[in-house]
Amino acid sequence: MKAKTQTANQITEKQTEHISGAEAVIKCLLAEGVDLLYGYPGGAIMPIYDELYKYQDQLQHVLTRHEQGATHAAQGFARVTGKVGVAMATSGPGATNLVTGIADAQIDSTPMVCITGQVGKHLLGSDAFQETDIVGISTPVTKWNYQITEASEIPEIMAKAFYIARSGRPGPVLIDITKNAQFDTFDFEYEKCTSIRSYKAVPEVDENQLKEAAKLINVAKKPMIIFGQGVILGKAELEFKTFIEKTEIPSTCTILGLSALASKHPLNAGMVGMHGNYAPNILTNECDVLIAIGMRFDDRVTGNLATYAKQAKVIHFDIDPAEIGKNVKADVAVLGDVKETLAQILPFVNSNSHEHWMQEFKKLDAIEFDKVIKDELYPTKEGITMGEVIKEINAVTKGKAVIVSDVGQHQMFACRYAEFKQTKSNITSGGLGTMGFALPAAIGAKMGAPEREVIAIIGDGGYQMTIQELGTIFQTKAAVKIVVLNNEFLGMVRQWQQLFFDKRYASTEMVNPDFVTIAKGYHIEANRVTKREDLSKAIETMIACKDSYFLEVCVEKENNVFPMIPTGASVSDMRLS
Amino acid sequence: MNTEMKLYTISIYTENNIGLLNRVSSIFLKRHLNIESLTTSQSEIEHVNRFVIVSEMTEFQAEKVAKQLEKQIEVIRAYYHTDEETIYQETALYKVASDSLFEQRQVQNIIKESHANIVTVSREFFVIEKTGRRHETEQLYKDLKPYKLMQFVRSGRISVTKEPMNISEMLAAF
Ligand SMILES: Cc1ncc(C[n+]2csc(CCOP(=O)(O)OP(=O)(O)O)c2C)c(N)n1
Repeated sequence: MKAKTQTANQITEKQTEHISGAEAVIKCLLAEGVDLLYGYPGGAIMPIYDELYKYQDQLQHVLTRHEQGATHAAQGFARVTGKVGVAMATSGPGATNLVTGIADAQIDSTPMVCITGQVGKHLLGSDAFQETDIVGISTPVTKWNYQITEASEIPEIMAKAFYIARSGRPGPVLIDITKNAQFDTFDFEYEKCTSIRSYKAVPEVDENQLKEAAKLINVAKKPMIIFGQGVILGKAELEFKTFIEKTEIPSTCTILGLSALASKHPLNAGMVGMHGNYAPNILTNECDVLIAIGMRFDDRVTGNLATYAKQAKVIHFDIDPAEIGKNVKADVAVLGDVKETLAQILPFVNSNSHEHWMQEFKKLDAIEFDKVIKDELYPTKEGITMGEVIKEINAVTKGKAVIVSDVGQHQMFACRYAEFKQTKSNITSGGLGTMGFALPAAIGAKMGAPEREVIAIIGDGGYQMTIQELGTIFQTKAAVKIVVLNNEFLGMVRQWQQLFFDKRYASTEMVNPDFVTIAKGYHIEANRVTKREDLSKAIETMIACKDSYFLEVCVEKENNVFPMIPTGASVSDMRLS
Repeated sequence: MNTEMKLYTISIYTENNIGLLNRVSSIFLKRHLNIESLTTSQSEIEHVNRFVIVSEMTEFQAEKVAKQLEKQIEVIRAYYHTDEETIYQETALYKVASDSLFEQRQVQNIIKESHANIVTVSREFFVIEKTGRRHETEQLYKDLKPYKLMQFVRSGRISVTKEPMNISEMLAAF
């Protein structure tokens, strides 16, 4: 560990060395504090892999089984650590295989740097073997991208890449490096990037905005907060908690805001959105002041915009000016880093209490418990429910695990019922809804937080989209716990077919392989549960296992996720059944 | 906010980098907005480029497009303006067969009345240039059409605002 920091320091203390572009890439990564990356080799990136071989004691490269897996692993790593995740691939198909993960990182604001090899400069535009215009392809889904064609560009561009990926509203950056630039030598010198003249990472805080916001907050009778991932990305969990505790405002989160505030905090009013909790959705249309903090009013959160929170004054805290007024008009915008704005607004807001208003939440919570949660967590029917699996996991992990969920019904159950005590504990593909995300993301999360229990919750459909990453788990011994909730359906799509397409189950029924045997084929310990009485024991065994572990739970086939806001409906028209 | 469809001139000050055009146009593509015209050139500041894009949209959309443009790393500033707020011009070139110039007196009158310039004359053809608003270059096109118009081309709009835009100062503030 010591050797590593020393190298980084040496590099930052400007000194020149005559080295190849490929070696320069490695030195840039080390200077940026990277000690782990994910990727897959191929012709156009071989010079860099050759250097990775030489530097393997300082920089660990994890070979995933598909480049998509590399991006999701880098995302999982980034989401659990707050650091920049790094993924690497060759040109052509290697590069195009990164695109889904890049798009996912873009919409979920995940800091990531992707490095792709490219054909030599003299071949660009000639339709050379494995040439693809990855800069063109990735433009709409990257925060920034750039093609390096000269070795001497590497230090400055790499420094910019990391600065852009991690600063302001984070996001993915792709750097495409032609093969000649990897081979050529030059005088290497590294300087970290701290500003770019055309890019303002963080808007300055305007005290007037803070005062305007505080004025509204202080007179509000029925205020409500919706917080998003901005609180986590801004490392503002403490400032947020202090703010809500002083003002005593019921606080509800988006799917990506989950775990920024402990689930059991008395002011935590649950999750908003299509399958969120009943009270915060209904009361969105009754609150008098709606305070959005680091969230972006996604359509899955707002439902029909024409009937969304029309009665409320809206205060929007965000780091990204383009989010203000994008979907919901803000009466007061508080621009800036939430870590600063939430701390600075504190002296302007009054200590308060909203007893009566809080009771409204409690009343609706009771209805949701009665109509939905009770049957989900304490089922009386024979089949195992997804909710009770999550409840059993909570019981064993005591809310301390990192829950990585895939996309579908199981994701909604995981997000609705998992208990979180600690921030950065919920990793899921929110904005893009990428099936296949969870297994590789869990690998990255486990490597980023080896001391934490990392549990992937995946459907039988999504599991098979990146199932090959079991090979990565086996090879790296990443002690990931994998729970597949098998309903033998593409459940979420089946639910919509049942509710909105008269039960025409077009291509949603799955005939599955023997998942336990497959896991065992990768030498991963595995078990299957089909009966309720075996469930808690099986989860205990899984958690007790020091190594990776696979658990398949055969659940009720045609259960639905409720409550639900049908597409296009108003948040206050949320259905309980 | 106004939801009436209108022509907006989007002016973008940017760094001069390869690929930026792709990034800029993808913001229009993503919103299914048709670009009526697009011009890029250097600006009044060294190494700073300027895009002038004309597109029909609502003010609501124009505001969002400008914000999304400004969010791009290499975009320094983006503005949107209505026609009333800008001074703008387009240039058109008309290539007409030479015989019509000599044989049809009418053509010479058209040129004179339209305040167009003759750029070049050769044995086969001559080239006329006209700078002005869209309806003016359009009118000349219609007038010349019957007289063996061999080629016609019109540039994108270039425009400056009526209000001062102190980009140099804004740049310094970054
Ligand atoms: C890559 C990708 N393809 C398709 C979809 C559409 N989709 C959303 S949920 C879902 C079903 C997921 O099924 P499964 O993984 O079995 O989970 P379940 O809903 O049954 O829990 C599908 C197909 C998607 N989100 N991502």
